[in-house]
Order: sequence, then structure tokens, then C-alpha cells
Amino acid sequence: MLVIGIIFLLPFIWMLSASFKPEADVFKYPVQWIPHNWNVVENYRAVWFGDPPFMLYYWNSIKVSVMTILISVITSAMAAYAFSKIYFRGRDTLFIIVLLTFMIPGQAVLVPQFIMYRSLGLFDTHIGLVLLESFSALGTFMLRQAFMSIHSEFIESAKIDGAGHLRIFAQIALPLVQPFIATYAILRFIWTWNDYQAPLIFLRSPELFTVQLGINRFADATGEYYSLIMAGTCSAILPLVIVFLLAQKHVIGGIALGGVKG
Amino acid sequence: MERSASQSTASSSSKRWLSTTAKETIAGYLFAAPMLIGLTVFILIPMVSLFFISLTKWNFIQGFRGVEMIGLDNFRHLFQDKSFFVSMLNNIKLLLAVPFTLLFSLVIAIVVDEKVYFKSFFKIIYFMPYISSVVAVAIVFQILFHPSQGPVNGFLMSLGVTNPPKWLADPTYALPSIMMITVWTSIGFNMVVYLAGLQSIPKDLYEAADIDGASSWRKFRSITVPMLSPTTFFLLITGIIYSFKTFDLIAVLTQGGPAKSTNVMVYEIYDQAFVNLKMGYAAAESVFLFAVILLITVVQFWGQKKWVNY
Repeated sequence: MLVIGIIFLLPFIWMLSASFKPEADVFKYPVQWIPHNWNVVENYRAVWFGDPPFMLYYWNSIKVSVMTILISVITSAMAAYAFSKIYFRGRDTLFIIVLLTFMIPGQAVLVPQFIMYRSLGLFDTHIGLVLLESFSALGTFMLRQAFMSIHSEFIESAKIDGAGHLRIFAQIALPLVQPFIATYAILRFIWTWNDYQAPLIFLRSPELFTVQLGINRFADATGEYYSLIMAGTCSAILPLVIVFLLAQKHVIGGIALGGVKG
Repeated sequence: MERSASQSTASSSSKRWLSTTAKETIAGYLFAAPMLIGLTVFILIPMVSLFFISLTKWNFIQGFRGVEMIGLDNFRHLFQDKSFFVSMLNNIKLLLAVPFTLLFSLVIAIVVDEKVYFKSFFKIIYFMPYISSVVAVAIVFQILFHPSQGPVNGFLMSLGVTNPPKWLADPTYALPSIMMITVWTSIGFNMVVYLAGLQSIPKDLYEAADIDGASSWRKFRSITVPMLSPTTFFLLITGIIYSFKTFDLIAVLTQGGPAKSTNVMVYEIYDQAFVNLKMGYAAAESVFLFAVILLITVVQFWGQKKWVNY
């Protein structure tokens, strides 16, 4: 089992070890898993402070991810609250419409979205990219399940005390579903950070590029410097590994619970 | 007098009742509004306009003046288009990766489930490829599979293979290479869902089988596999849908080549729309893709009732 596990991780181990080596040692065979000559600082400095500017891509990705998470969590949580704790006419029909949008594959609407973006001036902007990724039925669905587990008595008694929905939502409901919000926010982070297709189509200016576009551009520009390319890929994966290791229970639990595949 | 007073309290309380329902309705719509508006603007309106665009010939460079209504010509062309046909065939071939993923994931899930120690450690290991960025992973594999310098062929040659395949650069091996990478990245997701499924099987079924003296193979065949059938079915459907959406790997690794051997539908749509700028034709292809995925989803709803044990 351990052996299969290690074989499974070999591509990562190779990547990490190649990023530590001087270029000449990258393709030496048999593979030097632990580098004989170290070139860590030089490699990573060249990637982070060289040209194309990796720092900028990082900053762009962080900006886009944080904005997407914020908008997505707030709108999903509000809608989820409405669909589970407020009784209003037309609610179930609306919820079914929301669920139906989940069946529309993102790739099918790329062409009209692109045309719309060109005419609205949202093309080649970060905010356009954020808006595109912020509205998904998935978050509403996941958080609705969470709100359903709150007993209605909590809400009724708050209402009797004179609290409005806004107050109940912010001070009672949201704190009670915090773990679910965290799970959704982390999954949203992983999906946004990893997204390649939307930035590829909706961004044009190199100074707006996210890490995923940046790393590909970097790989093209650096050409044959494989040690540098590997240092770049390591840097692109690093935030995901950190978030995943810190919150693996949330990530794995969320995946198993919702059975979701971004 | 008394009567009218009681009537007026009744009507005022019914008014209050009405007004609380009205308030609830307003609150409901206000809370749902941001999501509903977002979904309408960014998904529903594009979806509706997709059908309209698919009926046009639209060279995007000329803007809205470049729109020309041509009816169903795009679809007629679609069914005669060799390149689209090849991309569809590649999508179907790519589906072969799904059963392999399911098989490996199930075996790994069972082993991890029975392990008492290091359970979460193994979960993390198998989950790593799933959370990692596809682009970064694709670039790593591009180097690993490098025909002359790559470590994979280095290893094969050291085993005595004199003419190892050129992997991504060879039309015969390019799609299988993509499939291998897909299996590797999807195992984590499938394994975690299988683990959840395994843990929901009642333990007394196994105990009863033990009393009857059933072998482990027998227990696996008669309890584990049937009890997991809803999970397997779910994973099969999500795997198939996911497979139709493969884009990143192709875009980074092969751009549909060599010789169109890895040109899948989503990449073909991208190519027509954003490289050739044929918006109308790409929209028609999108309509087709949407129909395929919708069909699979409908099969899921129908099949859940038909052949899955709950």
C-alpha cells in the first residue's frame, strides 16, 4: 500500500526534486531523487523575480480568488437562507429553476458569455472574471442543506423577540452553519485557483493573468529551462497544498457529502 | 355595535396576517435576488441566446453587423463535418478512462477502509492529484513523457525497451496518455466518495455472511458490490459528464493534436469560436454538447429508480 502510494506521488516528487536542481542535472538518468547539487535559491529567485513576473500572477490569482469567494459565499448563503428559512410564494418553483441552471454545462454557454462580455465591457477585466465564477447553483444547494439542519424554533423565537430576517440571518443562522461555509469557501478557492479555461478566454492582457495562465506562458517563454518550469509549477500548486493540508477534513468531507466535482 | 367591533378586530388581524405573508415574500425575494439576478444574467440569458446564435453565421470581427441568419445550416454542416465527428469519437474513446478509474478507486477505497492506521494519510496522498492545478500537472507530465529525455522513457529504455512510444507526440499514444493522466487525477475524488459509500454499508450484513461461512470474495461480490451500486452509478455518471468537459489537459498538452488525435468536443468548440472566430458554428456545436450532457443527466434520473439498490 505504501509502495502504491509512493508511485502515486512520484510525479510530484520528481517535480519538487527537479525544481531544486541545476538545469544540467534535471534529465540525468537514473533520476537523482535527492539532488546532488542544489540550486534552490537561484531557481526560485529566477521564477519569482524574473520575467514574466510570477509575483504579479500570484497577486492576480489571490485577488480573483478572494473576490470570487466573498461574492459567491454571500450570495449563496443569502439565497440558501431564503430557500430554507423564509416561507414565500413561488419559493419552490424558484429553487427548481436554480437547480436547473446547475445542469447547464459551463462550456456550452462560453460563446454567448464571450459575446455578452465584449459588448458590456466586462471582457479582459478581473471583475468580469469574478462575476462569471461567482454565481453557481452548487453553493446555494450545499448551504441550503446546511440551513435545513437548523431547527425552526430558533428562528421562530428570534422572530417573537422582534428580530427581522436580516438580523436572524447574520446573527443566528450564519454562525450556526460556519463549518459548511468554510467547506464551501475552501472548495471555491480550489476551483477558482485552478481554473484555466475562463481566464484563457476572458482575459487578454498579460498583466491581468492568473497563475494558471502565467505558468503556461512562463513554460513557453522559458523554453528549455525545465528546472525553472518545475519551480514555477511547484509555486502554482503550493497554496493548494497548504490550504488542503490545513483543511483536509473540510475538503474531503465536502466532496464526500455533496459528491461534487467542480 | 359589539358585532362590528369583533368584525373589525377579525379583519385587522387578517390584515396583519396578510401583511406578514407579504413581508415574508418580500424578504424571500430580497434574499434570493442577488443569486437569481446573477444566474439569470450570467447563465440563463447566455443559454437562451446560445440557441439564437446557433442559427446565425457570425464573423465576430464585424461586431453585431456581422450577424447573418442562416436557419439550421450550421446543424446541417455539423453532421457532415469530419473534424467534429473526430472530436466526438475522441470523446467516446476518452470515456474508457471512467471504468478504469472506478475499478482502481474501489480497490484503493477498500484497502484504505480496512487499514486502521494512517487512514487519513493515505486519503491525503490519493487526493493530492485531484486538488492540484491541472495546468501544473499537465506541464509536469509533458516533461515526464518527453520522448527522448523524459524519465518515463528513460526507465523504459533501461528495462530494455528499444523503441519506447513517443507518448503525447504520437497520434496513437496521445489519447491513451491523456487517459492515464485523467485516471491519476480522478482517483482521489472517486475514492473519497467510495469510502463514504463503504462506511454506510451496515456491518451486520458482513457478520451474517461470516456466520454462513462466506469467503471474502463472496462477501465482496454479494454484499459490497451491490450495496455500492448507487455510489458506482453516481460516479459513473459524474465521470462521464466530467469526461465530456475535459479541456485544460488538452489545451496545455496537445491543443487537439497530433493530427487531431486528441481533439475533443470542448476543444473543438474553443477552436472554432476563439481561434477561427466562427461564433455561430461554435454555438451550434455547443448546443450539441449541451444536448449530450442533458441526455446523460436524464439517464441518471431515470436510471436511479431503475437499477440501483438503495
